[in-house]
Amino acid sequence: MAEPKRVDRPISPFMIGPYYRPQLTSITSILTRITGNALIVGVVLAVWWLLAAATSAEYFAVADAVATSWFGDLVFAGSALAVWYHLLAGLRHLYWDSGRGLHIETAEKLGWACLIGSVVLTVITILLVQ
Amino acid sequence: MRYLTLRKRAEGFGSAHTGTEHHWAMTISSVGLTFLVPVWLYIFGKALGQPHDVVVATFGSPFPAIVTALLLVVGMRHFAMGATVMIEDYTRGTTRKALVIGVTLLAWVVAATGLFALARMAL
Repeated sequence: MAEPKRVDRPISPFMIGPYYRPQLTSITSILTRITGNALIVGVVLAVWWLLAAATSAEYFAVADAVATSWFGDLVFAGSALAVWYHLLAGLRHLYWDSGRGLHIETAEKLGWACLIGSVVLTVITILLVQ
Repeated sequence: MRYLTLRKRAEGFGSAHTGTEHHWAMTISSVGLTFLVPVWLYIFGKALGQPHDVVVATFGSPFPAIVTALLLVVGMRHFAMGATVMIEDYTRGTTRKALVIGVTLLAWVVAATGLFALARMAL
C-alpha cells in the first residue's frame, strides 16, 4: 500500500477572525463553554473553604480570609455571573433540543435573554445573600 | 436518496462511536443542576462570611449537606464531561490525552474533597 497521505488539518477555532464574523448567536454559544469551564475556579475555592471549615478553626480562619477578601469576592461574584449565564444558556439548549426556537430571530432573542438575564439574576443573588 | 439500509445507519453509533450517550448524560445532569444550583447559591451565599461554628452547623444539617453533596457529584461529572469535549475540540494527540485525564481526575478529587468535608461536618 502507498504511504498514507498525512493531511495537516487546522484545529478549532481557526475559523474565528479570518473566515468567520462573530455574531450574537456564536458569541453566546462560546460564552456557554467559557463560563462552564471557568466555574472550576470558584468551585475549587468553595470546596477548599468547606474543607478548612471541616478541619479546624485555625485552618478555617486562613481559608475564610481568602474567600471573603477582595479576591474571594471577585471569584465568587464572577462565578455567580458565570453559573447563571451557563444555566440560562443550558435551558436554551434544552429548548432547542425540543426542536423549537431555532429561527434566527428567536435564537438572537434567546441570546439576549441569556446575557441580560444572567446579569439580573446575579444582582438578585448578591442582594439576597449579602 | 440514501442507499443505506436502516441497519447500516444504526451500526457503529455514528461518528461519535458512542451514539447519543454523552449528549443524553449531559441533558440529564443539566436538568438536575438547574434545580440544584439556585438552591445551593442561596445556601452557600448565606453561609459565606459567617463565623466558623455557624458554617459547620449549616453544612452539617441535612438539607444543605444533601444539596451540596448532590451538586458536587452531579456538577463535577457534568464539568468533567463538558471540559473533555472542549479539550477534544481544541487539542489532539498526547496533549489531548493528558488534559482529558487531568480534568477527569481533578473533578473526582474536588468531589471527594467536598464530600469528605461534608461528612466531617455532619457527623
